Amino acid sequence: MSHALTPSQTIGPFYWGTIVNAYHADLAPTGVAGERIEVVLKLHDVDGAVVPDGVFEIWQANSHGRYNHLEDRRNLPLDAGFEGYGRAGTFTDGTSRFTTVKPGRVPWPAGGLQAPHINVSIFARGVLNRLATRLYFDGDPALAEDPVLKLVEPGRRDTLIAKRDGNGTWLLSIHLGGPNETVFFDV
Amino acid sequence: MKEETYRRATAGDHPANLSPDYKSTVGRSPRKSAVVLPHSLSEITGPSLATERLDASENDLTKQRMAEPLGERIIVQGRVLDQDGKPVPGALVEIWQCNAAGRYHHPGDQHDAPLDPNFYGGGRARADADGHYKFVTIKPGAYPWKNHHNAWRPAHIHFSLFGPAFATRLITQMYFPNDPLLAFDPIYKSVPAGARERLQAAFDMDLTQPEWALGYRFDIVLRGRNATPME
Repeated sequence: MSHALTPSQTIGPFYWGTIVNAYHADLAPTGVAGERIEVVLKLHDVDGAVVPDGVFEIWQANSHGRYNHLEDRRNLPLDAGFEGYGRAGTFTDGTSRFTTVKPGRVPWPAGGLQAPHINVSIFARGVLNRLATRLYFDGDPALAEDPVLKLVEPGRRDTLIAKRDGNGTWLLSIHLGGPNETVFFDV
Repeated sequence: MKEETYRRATAGDHPANLSPDYKSTVGRSPRKSAVVLPHSLSEITGPSLATERLDASENDLTKQRMAEPLGERIIVQGRVLDQDGKPVPGALVEIWQCNAAGRYHHPGDQHDAPLDPNFYGGGRARADADGHYKFVTIKPGAYPWKNHHNAWRPAHIHFSLFGPAFATRLITQMYFPNDPLLAFDPIYKSVPAGARERLQAAFDMDLTQPEWALGYRFDIVLRGRNATPME
């Protein structure tokens, strides 16, 4: 028996407090293995203006490249206290800040490994479907062989690659549209 | 690991990102096509939030404050299923809504309608092994918004679900059956006809409790898995 999918709708502007406050933007309590990183995501509309009422969610593997999920049955360590999920609303300057660890590499169905990446979901007023994208890390030698980046036209790959600022924070601007439109994925 | 673990939505299931009658989409929607990803572990895993402990009052929005909120008490109950009709056991269901007067407990909501100190408007429930979830709340009011002249949102409850994977994430809105405002609402109508009706809960006399509350049924269907190929 086939059931019809429930259609998507916008998160709207009034989610604050009711859902976002329930979760932390700090994914990695003390003791979690790996390189601790700070990630700042900044949301822009098609004109480049910041979006102050959006929500970012992130989902990632731990530093060993293992997802905390039944479907990942590989013999790699799980870290106590690290689920790999975070959620934060954007501030008035369009940013959300997450503290986490740099994810390890995960396999690709056709063989080989993907470059380290964080899976990102975007919700906002005016966004009717969850938008999915990825954050990669500038300078990582694995970028050159990443099978997902190879699916993206070369001129747009930069929209997925976070750069480090002077404090070591990883920054990625996400553009919902316009000349710098971020690459979104049909997952 | 298969390259298409979860079935993809077909045209007509979801709204177009650019739905100009809903004006905010014009400045906030991608114009380029999404890049179709084969399914790797990144897409077929996702947060279960299994360690989130839910308080007893979280699925009863009428019992989160000192006293009961004003408004018409209702029961909203249903199942979280996949496209094969299989339950999604343990699914976390999050909801939020405005109060009976049409006002959200949110600093950004400046609608000239009273706040209710006894209504916060946020709730969470976890589906049981058969996918059943249940909330007790009050019926949200309609409220005006500035999308166009004399624009009013039909009464609705926001729903957020994760399902088993990153690929199954869904945020949606539940509406009430036969609401006359649905015909004028560009957010509801952003979903193609034939699919938008799935967002209307069904009034259900079997869920209705005598002398206490009306019952509405709202089943949520998340993406199903592709059949396992022979290997």
